[in-house]
Amino acid sequence: MTGTVATPTTNASLIDAIGNTPLVEISRFAANPRVRMLAKLEGMNPTGSVKDRVARHLVDGLEREDRLRPDSIILEPSSGNTGISLAMICLIRGYRLTVVMPDNVTRERRQLLEIYGASIIDSPGAIGSNGAIEMARRLVREDPRYVMADQYANLLNPLAHYETTGVEIVTDCPSVEVFVAGLGTGGTLMGVGRRLREHNPSVRIHAAEPMPGEAVQGLRSLDEGFVPEIFDASTIDGRHLVTTAESIEATRRLSRTEGIFAGVSSGGVLTVASRLAAAMESGTIVALLADGGWKYLSEDLWLSDPDDERLEALNLW
Amino acid sequence: MTSVRIPPVLRVHVDGQKEVDATGGTVGELLRDLVGRHPGLGEQLLTADGSLHRFVNIYLNGQDVRYLAGLDTSIGDRGSVIILPAMAGGSGRPTGV
Repeated sequence: MTGTVATPTTNASLIDAIGNTPLVEISRFAANPRVRMLAKLEGMNPTGSVKDRVARHLVDGLEREDRLRPDSIILEPSSGNTGISLAMICLIRGYRLTVVMPDNVTRERRQLLEIYGASIIDSPGAIGSNGAIEMARRLVREDPRYVMADQYANLLNPLAHYETTGVEIVTDCPSVEVFVAGLGTGGTLMGVGRRLREHNPSVRIHAAEPMPGEAVQGLRSLDEGFVPEIFDASTIDGRHLVTTAESIEATRRLSRTEGIFAGVSSGGVLTVASRLAAAMESGTIVALLADGGWKYLSEDLWLSDPDDERLEALNLW
Repeated sequence: MTSVRIPPVLRVHVDGQKEVDATGGTVGELLRDLVGRHPGLGEQLLTADGSLHRFVNIYLNGQDVRYLAGLDTSIGDRGSVIILPAMAGGSGRPTGV
């Protein structure tokens, strides 16, 4: 007999099935045998990404603050995953949703939003998420029907991770010494980081971030730069650039060694985790894999060797 | 000499070059040398009190120097330096540079 027989449980809706994702040893992937490496598989959330946790907290917050009227439309800038998570929750709870999304994200993200009945407004891909955020904030000022939870500025984003993701990691792996996650809004790093530090003040929190291509850096001046309001630089211990080629290679190796098919940003996280592991004598690293590779399959990143020019035209993080 | 990658938004100050050379034992020395050669970069990179502009990130061998020793970070013989504007995450179009 393998495994134990669980007590029968049911969920009132898919929203209640968010979280409690598995933490899996990836010792075949990890190059340093003295370092224990574990992957937190956030792709196993209901819509396939870590953002389900954040979206639930954001919508709960809008309800609690009584910000939703019968004609309200929830509006959010997203490069995909947050939008898809919000779309599932809005569908179940009966809210209208519009997602402001760069026009260069993968087809699957657009399709999933349409399947869930959300509206999409395109923002210029050449200025990436900066453009989506700016456009969403302008739309909210112009049209009173729009209500924005704003994952970049809303403390409910890190709180979702402080209350769920971080607690799960401490429970499943109390000996965690190093935590690595991707840097997007900063919500995962802030929330999990704060929880882990309460558990063990000497834990180290590291961020993986994508090396931006030339085409995405369409800023007119540095003053158009953007640091998410929720991001507190002092919460983390290191910030590392990773190329898309390195990220894709890491996800290939992960699928071949562990059978885990992860998304591109997860490959970035694994690249950083491997760099840190190589420099460690011993210890335990938890790497948070934000989503699976499924939503990127149409780009044929794994079975071919995409050239840099094609990668440059995509929004994969 | 250390090679320094310049982001598109700052290239107007370095005659359109993608990469320029500068010297310095630390990141701070390197930036001051860089500004000496290309004065237009001065107020873009550093604030009046000499600290790093909030929307500028400097990476030494792929690591943000704010988490190393900041402007005092020692560069070493084979350092490569990348300057990037702070941008929202999930901002896409990463490349295989």
